[in-house]
Amino acid sequence: MLRASGLAKYFGGKRALGPVTFEIGRGETVGFLGLNGVGKSTLLRIVATDLRPSAGALEVDGIDAVRDPHAVRRRLGFLPQVPPLYPEMTVGEFLRFAGRIRGMEDDALERRIPAVEELTHVGEVRDEPVRHLSLGYRQRVGVAQAIIHDPELLILDEPTHGLDPAQVVEMRALLHALKERHTVLLSSHNLPEISQSCDRLLVLDAGRVIAQGSEEELSARLLGARRIEVTVRASAGADAVAACLRAVDGVRDVAPASLAGGGPNDVAFTVEATDDVRAEVCRALVLAGHDVVRLDESREKLETIFLELVQERARDADHLPA
Amino acid sequence: MRATRIIFRRELAAYLASPMGWIVAATVLLLDGLLFYAQALGPAAGARLSADVLSRFFWTTSGLVAIAAVALSVRLIVEERQLDTLVLLKTSPVRDREVVLGKFLSAFAFLGGITVLTIYMPLLIMVNGKISIGQVAIGYLGLFLIGGATLAVGVFASSLTRHPLLAAATGAALTGALFLFWPLSYVLEPPLSHVFAGLSIHGRHFSGFQLGVLHLRDVVYYLATTFFFLLLSTKVLEAKRWE
Repeated sequence: MLRASGLAKYFGGKRALGPVTFEIGRGETVGFLGLNGVGKSTLLRIVATDLRPSAGALEVDGIDAVRDPHAVRRRLGFLPQVPPLYPEMTVGEFLRFAGRIRGMEDDALERRIPAVEELTHVGEVRDEPVRHLSLGYRQRVGVAQAIIHDPELLILDEPTHGLDPAQVVEMRALLHALKERHTVLLSSHNLPEISQSCDRLLVLDAGRVIAQGSEEELSARLLGARRIEVTVRASAGADAVAACLRAVDGVRDVAPASLAGGGPNDVAFTVEATDDVRAEVCRALVLAGHDVVRLDESREKLETIFLELVQERARDADHLPA
Repeated sequence: MRATRIIFRRELAAYLASPMGWIVAATVLLLDGLLFYAQALGPAAGARLSADVLSRFFWTTSGLVAIAAVALSVRLIVEERQLDTLVLLKTSPVRDREVVLGKFLSAFAFLGGITVLTIYMPLLIMVNGKISIGQVAIGYLGLFLIGGATLAVGVFASSLTRHPLLAAATGAALTGALFLFWPLSYVLEPPLSHVFAGLSIHGRHFSGFQLGVLHLRDVVYYLATTFFFLLLSTKVLEAKRWE
């Protein structure tokens, strides 16, 4: 669906992106992960044909996006970080405008609008001027304009930017619905969001793709282990719990972890294992007479991967000859 | 052309919905009415030939139309940049020239509406004096042409920046310079004086319309100026994708 080769962008003499090379298959949901200012938005704007690359090649569905951006634009929908909304228009008027400007005929547009309103839940504000909408609704209308013409490729730049936690959950549900119909490119510096929404991650740092793969692939490559967080209501002290955990087959390391809340006898550990040993750990603890309060894969996994990658790159840069 | 039509309709609706459009229209019509009263009907007007009154009307109205054109056009692209909505047009299957043309035509239609509303003044002259419909028609053709040319200058100024004040200042400075070329041509020696007179947006090129005389060279000048600045605006939009 999308092939980027040696893509780079310079603003003046300053390199903002690249060179980056990657491929994205049809139907994939790919997340661009990186800190603020590493080139995520620049990359998405190039893919969306808003910006032209300074170097490199970009193909969308076999079409050269640099030579024929017009043809590529018919196939994509783009939600930039700030949704492009005209404040004086009502939501209904705006969606009609967005559809028409993407080349839709009026009868096709009238058939499509109810489906988009249902998917993005903007039907209830159809007659409201955009200027009166909350941030959450604005973001949803932004998604609605991006999918109004049912594009094959959907590009979303920080779709949960500025949303409150409840709105983030709603947006995440919307992203899951969109994955079923579109190839989705998503950027974020919000690790849990990108982890939950994407099939594959491309990690960017200083304008370059420093790693790509699924969360599991990146984890196996970089951490060489799976991590489990366990909280136990210890009846016989933390040492006994740690010993019990170490005795489980496949466990490589057990380390005390910080405990947020819980009872006075509660102790928390991070267990590093070669495989998913959650069932074995739970069984061993229960048989040893400990009450398991919480047992989960480490939520810090993606954060750890990301930090490892960025730090590894910084170390490499330090070791480069001057 | 479909995209141009869609953008034209949206922009025209935006003018009609915004206080800015109505403020510009009201100010132009009020000032034009007051100036007409002072020149033709007021106590200081004196006795004049109706053709002279009509000529003065077109002279003052052309200045007001040019100011209104700059005021109306500088928002066209700069506002899209400020609201971050330009990206919607730039990532849609719409060519930059269609964006520029749609926006220009919407401003031209709105300005044209304001200009047409001044018709009661030539009609008053026609009722009370001796002027021909042809004189009035040629004068209005001149107003539309100078309006179009200054609108194009404003669109170009609007394409350059994302700061409305800077766009307004650039538009006003460019239009002012094009107006000043005419008096400047009087104080310069040939061949520079001919160059400045030829490039002047008022004076030499508008005087014919003012008197009801149609010169093809004046029509070509205004159309060429309009085309030139719209082309520049399109090129600026294209170039900004490479920035």
